[in-house]
This record gives sequence, C-alpha cells and structure tokens, in this order.
Amino acid sequence: MRQAFNKFLSSGTLFVWLCGAAVAMSLLMVGGILLLIMVNGLGFFWPHTISEMTLKDGTRLLGEIQGQEVIPNSMTPESPEGKTRIRMKIGNRDLYGLDFQWVDEEDIVARSTPQDVVVFERREWGNFYGRIQQVTQGDMVMASDNNQAWKILPPLIEQVNQLHEDIDVIQRVEIGDINHDMEQARLKIQALHIKGISQSPEIVEREATIQRLEIQYQQQVETLRQLDARLADYTLTLVDTNGREKSLPLGQIVEALRPNDMGVGAKCLTYLHNFWTVLSDEPREANTEGGIFPAIFGTVMMVFIMSIAVVPFGVLAAFYLKEYARQGAVVRIVRIAVNNLAGVPSIVFGVFGLGFFVYAVGGTVDQLFYPEALPNPTFGTGGILWASLTLALMTVPVVIVATEESLSAVPREYREGSIALGATKFESMWRVILPCAMPGILTGLILAVARATGEVAPLMLTGVVKLAPALPLDFHFPFVHLDRKFMHLGFHIYDVGFQSPNVEAAKPMVYVTTLILVMVVIMLNMTAIALRNRMKKKFKGAAV
Amino acid sequence: MSPVIDKPPQAEQTPIRHTHSMDEPMLSSSEHANHHLDPKIVVEDVHFFYGEKQALFKINLVIPKHKITAFIGPSGCGKSTLLRCLNRLNDLVEGTRVDGRILMDGMNIYDPSVDITDLRTKVGMVFQKINPFPKSIYQNVAYGPQLHGMRRRSDLDDIVEKSMQGAGLWEEAKDRLHQSALGLSGGQQQRLCIARALAVNPEVLLLDEPCSALDPISTAKIEELLHSLKHQLTVVIVTHNMQQASRVSDLTGFFLLGELIEYDDTKAIFTNPSDRRTEDYVTGRFG
Repeated sequence: MRQAFNKFLSSGTLFVWLCGAAVAMSLLMVGGILLLIMVNGLGFFWPHTISEMTLKDGTRLLGEIQGQEVIPNSMTPESPEGKTRIRMKIGNRDLYGLDFQWVDEEDIVARSTPQDVVVFERREWGNFYGRIQQVTQGDMVMASDNNQAWKILPPLIEQVNQLHEDIDVIQRVEIGDINHDMEQARLKIQALHIKGISQSPEIVEREATIQRLEIQYQQQVETLRQLDARLADYTLTLVDTNGREKSLPLGQIVEALRPNDMGVGAKCLTYLHNFWTVLSDEPREANTEGGIFPAIFGTVMMVFIMSIAVVPFGVLAAFYLKEYARQGAVVRIVRIAVNNLAGVPSIVFGVFGLGFFVYAVGGTVDQLFYPEALPNPTFGTGGILWASLTLALMTVPVVIVATEESLSAVPREYREGSIALGATKFESMWRVILPCAMPGILTGLILAVARATGEVAPLMLTGVVKLAPALPLDFHFPFVHLDRKFMHLGFHIYDVGFQSPNVEAAKPMVYVTTLILVMVVIMLNMTAIALRNRMKKKFKGAAV
Repeated sequence: MSPVIDKPPQAEQTPIRHTHSMDEPMLSSSEHANHHLDPKIVVEDVHFFYGEKQALFKINLVIPKHKITAFIGPSGCGKSTLLRCLNRLNDLVEGTRVDGRILMDGMNIYDPSVDITDLRTKVGMVFQKINPFPKSIYQNVAYGPQLHGMRRRSDLDDIVEKSMQGAGLWEEAKDRLHQSALGLSGGQQQRLCIARALAVNPEVLLLDEPCSALDPISTAKIEELLHSLKHQLTVVIVTHNMQQASRVSDLTGFFLLGELIEYDDTKAIFTNPSDRRTEDYVTGRFG
C-alpha cells in the first residue's frame, strides 16, 4: 500500500495534476473577470425592456428591472424562502430624486410591458421613462397625444442633435481658434513687455489683432445665443406613469426609444449606435453619461509617448550594462537596484514625477521658454508629457531586464563572426546583435505597455484630470500639446465609479470604461506582438 | 578606401629567416620544405593565459604562404586557442594574456600600433559552430564589404558573386540570394561562412574545426574548396579529424596540453613522426 503510494508519488502523476490545476485556476480567474466585465459592460448598450408595475397602494412604477434579491431576515415559517424584492431603475431623477427603487414583490399587483412607453435619454438628469403628452412649438400644439407625438418626434430630435453639433463646432473650433489666437497675441505682447519694450509697432499691431478677434468673438457668441434659442423652439411635455407632468425644451433630448416596441434587429442597431456613441463622444453629466473618447485618446497617446521615451532609454542602459560595463560588483549592484526599482510602488514614482518633472524640470522650462505666460504655468504643471515620462521611468527596469536577457540570448558566434570580419564592437552590436535582440526588446516593451496602461496612481499627481478641455493633439501649431492635461481610462473608472454624485447610475459606465480599458490594453499589446512577430520573421527569413 | 581589394605588395623587409634560425626546434627537423617557403605568420615564444591558467607554453612555428597548415591534437590541447590568437579573437575574452610575438608579414600583430579591425580583415575566420547571420544570403556575404565602406550596389553584387563562386556556393544559391541564410543546409551554410570570410579578401583564412558538424559529403566539398583556395591565400585549419588533416594539409602541428609537440610536413607527421607522443596520437593509441 505504502509502496504503491510512493510509486504513485514518484510517477509524477500528482505533480501533473497539480500543474494542471494551477493552470486551470488561473484561466478560470482570468476568464471570470473578463466575463464579468464583458457581461456588465456589453449589456449596458442593449435597450432593456421597460416594465410597468402597479402596487397595492395604487401607485405605479415604470422602469428597467435590474435585479432581484431575497430581503435579508425576511424568512418566516410561512415562507421559508423569504420574501423577494426587485431593484428597478425608474429614472426621472428630477421628479423622484432617485434613479433606483426597491420594490417588494408582494406589493406588486400587476405587471405589464406596455408598447407605448418611451425612454428619453436626456442631456441632464438622466433618463426619463414615461409618455409624451404634447409637443408644442411656441404656442402652437404640434401633437397632443403619445402616439401622434412619437410619429413627429424623430426628425425633430435629429434637428436638435444637429443644432448641438453646430454649437459644439462653434464652441470648440471657432471660439477655440479665436481664443487661441488671442492668447498667442497676448503672450507676444507680454513677451515684448518682459524684454522692456512697451511701445512698438508690433505691440500696436497685436493689440489691433486682439480687438479684431474680440469682435469676431462677440459675433460667434451671438451666433451661439441664436442657436441656443432655437434649441428651445419646441417644448416637450412628458408624463410619468403616475401622471406627473414634466415640460422640457426638446433640446434636452438626446434620443427617444420605445424599447418594448422594438424588434431584435432594431435593438441590435441601437446597440451598435450606443456603442459607437460611447467610443466617439465627449462625456456629459460629470462623466457618468455620454462617451469616453477623450479618455481613450489620452490613454493611447500617453502610452505612445511613454514607449517612445522608454525604449531608447532602456535599451541604451541595457547595452551599457551588458556590453560595455566591466562585469563586476558595481554592475551587479546596479542590476539589483534596477530590478528592485521595478518593485517600487507606483505612487512613489508619481510623487517623484511631481517633484522632479513637474516642479523642477517643468518650472525651469517655464522660466526659460515661457516667461510671458507666468504666473500661469505651461510645463510647470501636470501634463501628458510629465505623466508619460513618469511612467517611462517606472517601466524602464522592465525594458532593461528584457533587453539584457535578449542580449544574452544572442549566440556568441554571431558576435565572433562579425568581429572576425573586421567589424568593431559597435558595428557588430548595431548590425548583428541589435537586430537579433529586437524581438526580446519588444517583449520588454509589451510588458512595459501592459503595466503603464493600467497605472493610475502616478498619473493623478502628474497630469490626469477628470475632464480635459481639449485633447493633447489638435490643429493648432505645434499640433502636439505635450503640456496639456489629459483624461485616462483608468482614472475615469476611479472618478466615475467612486467620485460621482450618483454612483449607482454610473455603474454601467464603470463597466464599459473597464471593458474599453481592457480592450485598449489588448490592442496595444497586439500591435507590439504583431511588430515582434514581423521582426522575428524578418530576422529568420530575409529581406534586403 | 577599400583595404579589401588590393593587397599591398608584401615588403620583404623583415629578416624572418635569420631571426628564425636553425636552432628553432620546429624547423630543424631534417630537410623539409618550410625553409624554401615564404613565411606568412611566425609565432615566436608565445605563452597564453586564461586568467591564472596557462593554456599555451612557448609555441614557436612558422606558417608558410599559400599552404594549408593543420593543427591537430586532443580536446583542450590549445590548438583552437592558438588559432584564435592569430586574429586576436581571444581579445574578446576577459582576463586573457599573451606573451611573445606573432609576426604577420614581419609585423607583430600584438603591437599596440596595430589596427585590430584591419588585422581581422586580413585574417578571416570560419567557426566550428556554423554561424551565418540571421539575414539573407546576400546580406551575409555583403556584410564585410559593407562594413569596410562599400556602398555601391554593383560593386557589392560583384563581390558577392565572386566570393560565393570562390566558396563553391554560387551555382547552388544564386537563385535565392535574398532568402534567409538559415534556410540553407548545414554544409551550404558553412560554405556561406567561407564566402562571407572571402568577401573581405583576406590574406589568411583560419578554420576552427569547420567540418565537425557536417556530413561526409559536405566535408568533402569543403576540403576540395580548401585545396582550391590555397592558391590565393594561406589557410590554417584546426581539426579533430586526423584523416582530414592528412587529406588537406601540407603541414601539420601536433599539440598536447598546450605545447606544440611536433610540427612538420603532414606526410612526415603521419608516416614518420619523430616524437613518440605524436605517433601514439596519430595511430590512435590515445586521444
């Protein structure tokens, strides 16, 4: 018996099972988290069925059923299972004050899913669930019941959305341009003042420019005012399921849907449309609604800048450590230090980045190159450059270690073969060893990107904001604005999920953002992996 | 500036024969041919150390021009070490030290004034471990000339063709010049390495057990190749394989435990060795 057991042990079967179990466990956990994110994140875009509940006391509720649970401590001898309750998203925050409500199931006397209820996505106050009472244009009533109004509504909504887009263009582009030009002119004048010139034809000219721009600005503001007024051309009067009325300008409406009246095809279209909106739109309502495009953009751009900084830096350091430095105690200590650097908590790097990059370097840059803007900091405050460099610093050990390892893996024969042909050490490294080590270096980059994309803490100190007024890339010279603050998906999750006034309503957004962050990480990694595979093939195969 | 194309005429200014007089043990044995030959490389009293460990003891020998010289001996006897001294490849290994002189065309190659990359251009090397770079066949051969500043495509094309013909690889590989060198067979890869070495137009070609990883047919091709090459350059080959040494070389040196036991005409070494240890080795009694 004992012998049989020993034999079983030494056969390694147990070990194989243990290994298998470890792998299965890891896969299960990774799969589980992905599934959770996917289900919650992707479910967000689906137009849910709207239920109408009539309660014992005669009041009615209209909304999406979001969950069901057993009421704690409700088990009685009569109902050992306990009583259950339903969580409903009832929306209409402006009327009820809350988006969500628990309903005990025993209070419900009737449920239905009426076809005619409308879900309005609004620019303020969240969703409205109810029916349309009338649509008016000024004093003229255009539609006076739900179905009639539903027919005339879609083109009107399209109209207001177009208006919003026009307003947006004026605000961002036209007025943005004017402000930018004015600021430039103001800074030029300021710069001349600093030089001690207070009177010159240039100043006069610039001041004239500012005045001209000021007039243009007023014109644009006037246009804006007119457009804003047109948003209120139509008034919509809505009623909730209990008959409470709510009037609002049509300009408040983003989208109106009758989910109970939609087929699967229409729902799918809406689904894709919603998905695209989130990917491409600006956030609204303290980030809890609208899209997350600026955050996606900020994340990707930050990772790119970080990669551009970290790869040359890490590769050069690794080459020195591996190829040039005399291998001995000092190099060993440096190597240990580098490895340990990878384990330093990221917030420490954040503090360092704030102190070193933002205040020391940025402050100096401001004094040297942007004195006219002072006391407003240009680079002396958090920005995408400093955040990227802080992350580069944080991930450089990864690149160094990976590069060193890939350098070690280059066969000695390649070096000797090259040296024996009369190449110098540098030529051998540049032309033979570096290409061979490239896939390994890219592996380092992949690890660095994976770590950097998900990092939030250091960014909060070095340049991430809740809402950035402009992207770090635009059409104003010099196009890339490294000094600008930016938005980031990781910070967005934290902000929407834990800092917003209505956490429960923001939950879907948190899942969506998480999902997109994961997708961005995967996509960035895929890009790097594709690049690596291409290089591997290239150095295995050939091309001149 | 292209140091690879035209060899400057060898100045005969160094009185090698006089410094290497008759009392040198390795040359004194009988009436053999070395004396009538032009010496290319002269090794004088070379001691070699890996850190504390001495690997070569007072080596003296003369490698004549346009001959194939073979070094044989059991593993660890120092034959490869000596070979790698001839192009100073041992400099790459930290903690090594050379005493004595190695003269090539009368110049001490360990002299501080020697341009080491220039030396290595003149002294090509082919390794035991077949090491084409992971590039295309063309890039492999063109690597050396490009290093030395050759940029014109037509020049490179010419030299690639010439070198590959010299290495007997042209006919087999001319249609796939731009494919990976790693797609060639082992023997072809080794001939590619030879072509790569020939492309910088060396005066000496060192081969460190070039056939140890090859099958007999590939080996035969390379041996044939060496015969044809010796008219252009001086060949030094290290080999484990005594048949190979006897087939290809004109002179053979037998090494044992870091010492050069005997150095003579290949025929003499294999048929009539003067040292007992050589005889034991070549007859297969040990090693």
